[in-house]
Amino acid sequence: MEQIAELGNSVAELSYALDTFYFLVCGALVMWMAAGFAMLEAGLVRSKNTTEILAKNVALYAIACTMYMVCGYSIMYGGGDFTLFLQGIVGDGVAGADEPATYAPSADFFFQVVFVATAMSIVSGAVAERMKLWSFLIFAVFMTGFIYPMEGSWTWGGEAVFGMFSLGDNGFSDFAGSGIVHMAGAAAALAGVLLLGPRKGKYGPKGKINAIPGANLPLATLGTFILWLGWFGFNGGSVLATATVDSANAVAVVFMNTNAAAAGGLIAALVTAKIVFGKADLTMALNGALAGLVAITAEPSTPTPLLATLFGGLGGVLVVFSIVTLDKLRVDDPVGAISVHGVVGLLGLLLVPITNPLTEDGGASFGGQLLGAATIFIWVFVASAIVWFALKLTMGIRVTEEEEYDGVDLAECGMEAYPEFTTTEV
Amino acid sequence: MKLVTAIIKPFKLDDVRQTLSDLGVKGITVTEVKGFGRQRGHTELYRGAEYVVDFLPKVKIELAVDDEVVEQAIEAITNSARTGKIGDGKIFVTDLTQVIRIRTGETGPEAV
Repeated sequence: MEQIAELGNSVAELSYALDTFYFLVCGALVMWMAAGFAMLEAGLVRSKNTTEILAKNVALYAIACTMYMVCGYSIMYGGGDFTLFLQGIVGDGVAGADEPATYAPSADFFFQVVFVATAMSIVSGAVAERMKLWSFLIFAVFMTGFIYPMEGSWTWGGEAVFGMFSLGDNGFSDFAGSGIVHMAGAAAALAGVLLLGPRKGKYGPKGKINAIPGANLPLATLGTFILWLGWFGFNGGSVLATATVDSANAVAVVFMNTNAAAAGGLIAALVTAKIVFGKADLTMALNGALAGLVAITAEPSTPTPLLATLFGGLGGVLVVFSIVTLDKLRVDDPVGAISVHGVVGLLGLLLVPITNPLTEDGGASFGGQLLGAATIFIWVFVASAIVWFALKLTMGIRVTEEEEYDGVDLAECGMEAYPEFTTTEV
Repeated sequence: MKLVTAIIKPFKLDDVRQTLSDLGVKGITVTEVKGFGRQRGHTELYRGAEYVVDFLPKVKIELAVDDEVVEQAIEAITNSARTGKIGDGKIFVTDLTQVIRIRTGETGPEAV
């Protein structure tokens, strides 16, 4: 008997170790998405704005990690017991938790924190080439320390929205964050873009839309591939376990469907661009792959591979028309972030009930998804708009016209990404 | 001495360099340039918005030659850079009042 009990303990420990290890590896993959966003955005802006967009990307990642440690994680998952600086998270479990942890709590923090950074990365692309660096970074403090953790507490955290109603009880489900992460990031970006205005020269009189081509499409393509890779951690890790046959199977399905959706999105966007514009626009194809990924993120575990491909494809078609429509509305988004993460994020939420309908065991209803989407969007949009507006009134959010013309690299960072004819004399 | 400046299609650079070397030309200077002539520009497409590329990429080559080599050099460039289609480029010939080799201080035809 004693030996059997010992064996049981060993298996439990092994499972704990394996789940923790899996969580950490997935978290590291999601962390790498920060590199993907940085390269994608650096590729789609003009070369005179490269250093600044890279500075924003590395700084926002660091701010997100710090603010989530300071208070964000506790707001999101503290269950009302607010603490600062992760007090309560100890090596072998959350102090006072009802059930023993099945993986290391620090691994949970690490996995969650990289999601916050992802949401914030979405904002930087949309406001690129014209926003002041420091206003953006101050916004990042509020977004990652408060705005995102609040809506996270109502969704993954299981809290009632301002104590009024519970999204989970109303049939809302978002597996890895089409709405909670991606649409939230896009809502914050949209609020910023509306207060910021378009880049100078983007829109001419009589509805003329001018192209402002990105400087480096190889970088944009590399960034997309990095995001594609990181997404396996994003969705795959959201299974939260891998140490049983059931969870290992679920992880494998999620990897397969995530990949299928990205492929479907890319093909659909490429073909749509060819039909609509007459040319195979690479940047649209890249946005299409990301749209496929966002579309499947709300539920990658229940669709068949064919459905996952079609869902991704739907995202890929939608993203092309969304980008064109936003341009007609004069909402200037240099990298298409609002379309990819916002419009397609909503699509992702609304696709969940098709393969995972509401039952006693969980799942989602269309009503619940709409309620959740509206709650997330309204909260993030309004809260972000308030912060952006306060920044606009105090320190300003936009560089001067001359600085924009010269490039924000010189104005904000004082250095070029590709310096030429430099001398040592000052 | 003359300064021969030729604007040519970039993909013809190798042919032009080869024929000029065969002719005994000792050195040329190459610059990537943009401009327009009768070929004008063309339109490109980015994320659904068309834009006009007014200035097309060309290569500018410059070489200083003795008076007696000028005609041969012009002929060599003309023959090797010609495709017969619009946009083949132009050759400008200007008088050169002085040439100095920096390393030795030689001047005139010796420095060419």
